[in-house]
Amino acid sequence: MKPFTRYLVTKIAWYLLAFLAAAALNFFLPRLIPGNPVDQIVSGMGSGGTVSSASLQRIYATYIKEFGLDQPLIVQFGTYLNRLFHGDLGTSFANYPASVNSIVRAALPWSIALQLPAILIGWLIGNVLGAVAAYRGGIFDRTVFLGALGFSSIPYFSLAILLLYAFAVAWPILPSSGGYNFINSPAFTFGFFVDALQHYILPFLSLVLIVIGGQAVGMRSMAIYELGSDYVSYENSMGLGENRIIRGIFRNAMLPQITGLALAIGSLVGGALITEIVFSYPGIGTTLFTAIGQNDYPVIQGITILITLAVLGANFLVDLSYGFIDPRIRASQQGER
Amino acid sequence: MLRSLLKNSRFTFSAVLLLIIVLVGVIGPLIRRANPLFAVGGRYDRPDSKLWLGTDAIGNDVFLQLIHGIGNSLYIGLVAGVIATLIGVIIGLSAGYFGGLLDEVLMGMTNVFITIPTIVILVLLSVTLNSRSTVLLGVIIGVTSWPWTARAVRSQAASLRSREHVDVARLSGISTPRILMGEILPYMASYVVMAFVLQMSSGILNEAGLSLLGLGPDNSISLGKLLQGALQGEALRTGAYWAILPPTLILALISFALLMVQSSLDEYFNPRLRRNT
Repeated sequence: MKPFTRYLVTKIAWYLLAFLAAAALNFFLPRLIPGNPVDQIVSGMGSGGTVSSASLQRIYATYIKEFGLDQPLIVQFGTYLNRLFHGDLGTSFANYPASVNSIVRAALPWSIALQLPAILIGWLIGNVLGAVAAYRGGIFDRTVFLGALGFSSIPYFSLAILLLYAFAVAWPILPSSGGYNFINSPAFTFGFFVDALQHYILPFLSLVLIVIGGQAVGMRSMAIYELGSDYVSYENSMGLGENRIIRGIFRNAMLPQITGLALAIGSLVGGALITEIVFSYPGIGTTLFTAIGQNDYPVIQGITILITLAVLGANFLVDLSYGFIDPRIRASQQGER
Repeated sequence: MLRSLLKNSRFTFSAVLLLIIVLVGVIGPLIRRANPLFAVGGRYDRPDSKLWLGTDAIGNDVFLQLIHGIGNSLYIGLVAGVIATLIGVIIGLSAGYFGGLLDEVLMGMTNVFITIPTIVILVLLSVTLNSRSTVLLGVIIGVTSWPWTARAVRSQAASLRSREHVDVARLSGISTPRILMGEILPYMASYVVMAFVLQMSSGILNEAGLSLLGLGPDNSISLGKLLQGALQGEALRTGAYWAILPPTLILALISFALLMVQSSLDEYFNPRLRRNT
């Protein structure tokens, strides 16, 4: 087997294992609650007095069938996995008979639109800033370093609340909540786009600033380390241009920063959930919050498995690009050693 | 050691900041023993000479809640930090020192848990345990956040085990537990301390995150629960900044100070990171 193929196969095997472990946690943890989960939930719904007993019966039957509760646990897990692989997340408790898929599908685009640009733009700006700061040194370096350190150590929700207070309450130039004005309804018009953009700025800023900070701090210390290395003094004494040298440092310090990207994705996804709640942004985080308040287990589990899939997928892509970029893995693929 | 650390202004500043916050959180509740979950005023009363930070949406004294909340949040962070560091050290040390199959199994497990996002396990565990005390919340956070520590400790232990002094100890027939305690652990103590500081910081933030998701400690107040109450009570949009900005800033300060302490310790222990030596 070619080394790169072996690298790929090992990685895929690990991610499958991680996914299975997450699916198992998703399946078995809620079943540790004593008693039949369906009993508990359905009786909880009944005590609210909002659901008629006839529809309770119907809900009950749906869940018993869905979970296959009359079968042994391991068979149930198999059923669960099978449904998962078919992309079926089940039926919501609180919004019966809405499917979890439809609830998640409504929220997902908002979260992706918020997080994907935040991570990519933040990673790029942060790394360039860190490399330049390390190379320039002096007052520029100190300013960037302290600023980046400050932003990277501030919790996501704190920055979100501070930005919200500053720019939507104290100096109200931007809307304070939601993904769009409630008098509008989502449509592909220019007016809606501008409206959505205004609602987008603050949540986006509170995510991207933190990513920039974290990446800049990491890149700066990597680049300082590279600056002390022999090849840089050699390039300097050869009179190579500043830009060439920075580019060289950037490329060499990149590798660990790509691992840093994988790390950032995990913490960003967690942080973004809370940021959405602060801004009542109509994404996955706000949906999860509502589901937790309603004890809507299928929606909670659907969202946790979805987050796992997204983070595992993103990490896998990062690993894949690492395999392409790392000269050691690439070289061994071409048979050079 | 302390003297040269104190020369680092970043360390001194953050350590003093931390000390003040800890003192407020530990001594504050002893002086003001009143129940913080007891209404003393109306909805969002403004701060005055008696109620320093006014009241929240249901009329509780925000200042009283804040000092009790700081105490509880630090406590949760401490429990989470101790548990996570302990599990991380035990797993990392066994994997790194013994190597072989044990290493493969333990690190395989660790790598699987590193790739699953922490927030997912936290949410699932918290949802499963539908009554949560402050201690239990600390335990939940602790048992979820050990993998990074385990991985770091493992690589330290693996490189330490082939050092000469360890070989000498092994050859002179010293028992394995005593080698681990006497010849390995002391050499990575600085590392473990730094890991603990990071774990404590992320523990406090995880508490806040869980509380904001509606999975905070029951019948108790914490910085996260203060935030959640203020957000749900629309404190920001009604202009009641006194109910939401103090816990927001305190959490940011705690996180900032702990990270500064960690990074200055890191610079102290790894001179390579210092710019001008």
